[in-house]
Amino acid sequence: MMKWLAILLMAPALALAADAQLRLDRAPDRSNDMHALQNGAKLFINYCLNCHSASYMRYNRLRDVGLSDDQIREKLMFTADKVGELMRIALQRDEAKAWFGVAPPDLTVIARARASEFGSGADWLYTYLRTFYRDDSRPTGWNNVVFENVGMPHVLWELQGEQVMGDDHHLKLARPGKLKAEEYDALVADLVGYLKYMSEPMSEYRKSLGVAVLIALSVLFVFSYALKREYWKDIH
Amino acid sequence: MAAGDLDKFKSDGTRLGSLLEWVDARFPATAMWRRHLSEYYAPKNFNFWYFFGSLALLVLVIQIVTGVFLVMHYKPDASLNASGVPVAFASVEYIMRDVPWGWLIRYLHSTGASAFFIVVYLHMFRGLLYGSYRKPRELIWLVGVVIFLVLMATAFFGYLLPWGQMSYWGAQVIVNLFSAIPFIGPDLSLWLRGDYVIGDATLNRFFSLHYLLPVLILPALVVVHLIALHEVGSNNPDGVDIKKKKDERGIPVDGIPFHPYYTVKDIVGVVGFLFLFAVVVFFMPEGGGYFLEYNNFFPADPLKTPPHIAPVWYFTPFYSLLRAVTHPLFGIDAKFWGVVAMGAGVVIFFFLPWLDRSPVKSIRYRGPIFKTFLAIWVVCFFILGYLGVLAPTPGRTLVSQICTVIYFAFFLTMPIWSKLDKCQPEPERVTAK
Repeated sequence: MMKWLAILLMAPALALAADAQLRLDRAPDRSNDMHALQNGAKLFINYCLNCHSASYMRYNRLRDVGLSDDQIREKLMFTADKVGELMRIALQRDEAKAWFGVAPPDLTVIARARASEFGSGADWLYTYLRTFYRDDSRPTGWNNVVFENVGMPHVLWELQGEQVMGDDHHLKLARPGKLKAEEYDALVADLVGYLKYMSEPMSEYRKSLGVAVLIALSVLFVFSYALKREYWKDIH
Repeated sequence: MAAGDLDKFKSDGTRLGSLLEWVDARFPATAMWRRHLSEYYAPKNFNFWYFFGSLALLVLVIQIVTGVFLVMHYKPDASLNASGVPVAFASVEYIMRDVPWGWLIRYLHSTGASAFFIVVYLHMFRGLLYGSYRKPRELIWLVGVVIFLVLMATAFFGYLLPWGQMSYWGAQVIVNLFSAIPFIGPDLSLWLRGDYVIGDATLNRFFSLHYLLPVLILPALVVVHLIALHEVGSNNPDGVDIKKKKDERGIPVDGIPFHPYYTVKDIVGVVGFLFLFAVVVFFMPEGGGYFLEYNNFFPADPLKTPPHIAPVWYFTPFYSLLRAVTHPLFGIDAKFWGVVAMGAGVVIFFFLPWLDRSPVKSIRYRGPIFKTFLAIWVVCFFILGYLGVLAPTPGRTLVSQICTVIYFAFFLTMPIWSKLDKCQPEPERVTAK
């Protein structure tokens, strides 16, 4: 009996012991930084939106990050005609599958899908986009620390440069890119900030509305409690 | 109280009064109002635990109302759209982005699913604490367990609808369980799926059932649950029968009219609940990955099995019972006995009114054996729930097996220890709060 109880008490420890840890860097918060989000939108459209779609996101939703319809039309729309269109791509999925081994996933909600017990989806993306390294055994010549044997090549390699995996399992910059390390990190942070925004465009509004709702409910609580007290004062 | 003349409204000459008199001559409106609200005498000593019945009804209404609006925009279609995304999955994101206030309606519905189970688990636990399932309330309890079963089925059907990875593979795992039943299993699971794999046929029938069960069956069962309750009267934290002591008018001295006393009190509970509910809806709609699983933001992919398939949190205790069975028996697969254990884990609640032989109802007057065993059982239930979220390892399987044995032993040995327990005498009347 005592032995059983001991095992029972140890259960949480036993249960936690086995999972491998995935170490993720924390993505800087860009949620209220309109400049960063606009920069992220530009990077996303230039670098990602050729192979990946964002097919639940409309171009004119970018008004949320402070862009006008004209700005969106002139600077950000390359394949669509109308600002109300979804961010679709011309790439055929079966062709993409033949080229990369797997069709590139839609990225609209990727920042939510990649969340896990190890960190937010933004953390995962921030780490992922900064941990590509050269691997000649892969068809694309690239591999990644958090996404092993990834099908995507390092699209931002000109900016970051080329990293290699050292014998100590740490990444080293073998050939520098156009940007310094901290500049590249800031750029990825902007891009990830945009991906996070795009995964739930109403999230900031949701929170601000939530504050109002909670205040209203608090007031209602005071009144409803007073009403209950009034009715119940004769019940003993 | 028969619907005699006392239950008919006598008009005082006003227009509204005459209308009510007209209705009363044709429909027992006033009689029903009195019988179930203004002259339904509930014990005056209800505590915190007695909020959860009315809250369960509130959540049911929230789910039906939000669900009706979601259906206006949701498309149960597993085919891929031009961007290679399943139409069903894309339609959920359409609701989240393009439908005005769609995100709010959807979060209310997704949070409501988890809230439903939290509230119902607490409501059931209240029954355990105060012996609300004991004579003469056995039938209320039985109907309640049926409601719980229908609720589980409803949640299971609904979880497939967003057509994400966890929707798909969770349904795959559960439907495949039926194939473990000897002889009829494979045909049964094929019949449930409507296809050889989870597919468009499955999605559409689950959608259909996800509308039928909560909109028609659940409210009907809730009505039966309440009529049965009002027939015998409510239990209370002391577990004593308030009908034993009545005043000269035949009204229990410890009873107060449900309306207005408990309507105003339940409003306080409702506002408190809505506050917590709003915290989740507005600030953490994913519920830390438990209310909306992260992996479910990937569209369903029949060719890509996720490394770890976890059911939603409210099924995990029962899922753990399933996984705890690892040995074949009588030449039948362990999987089948796992299914039996999981089913028995729910069905055993049906027998509770007859397993409990204690002379008193409420935990307040029950002895140390019940209190200890109930505490251990609750701990086991939580551990099983926790382990059900995680991938199995030999250590975890062992712990879940121990908890499974305790889970069932609590019920099966209850007829013995509930009689032996040293109970205190129940008071004559309910005690003040």
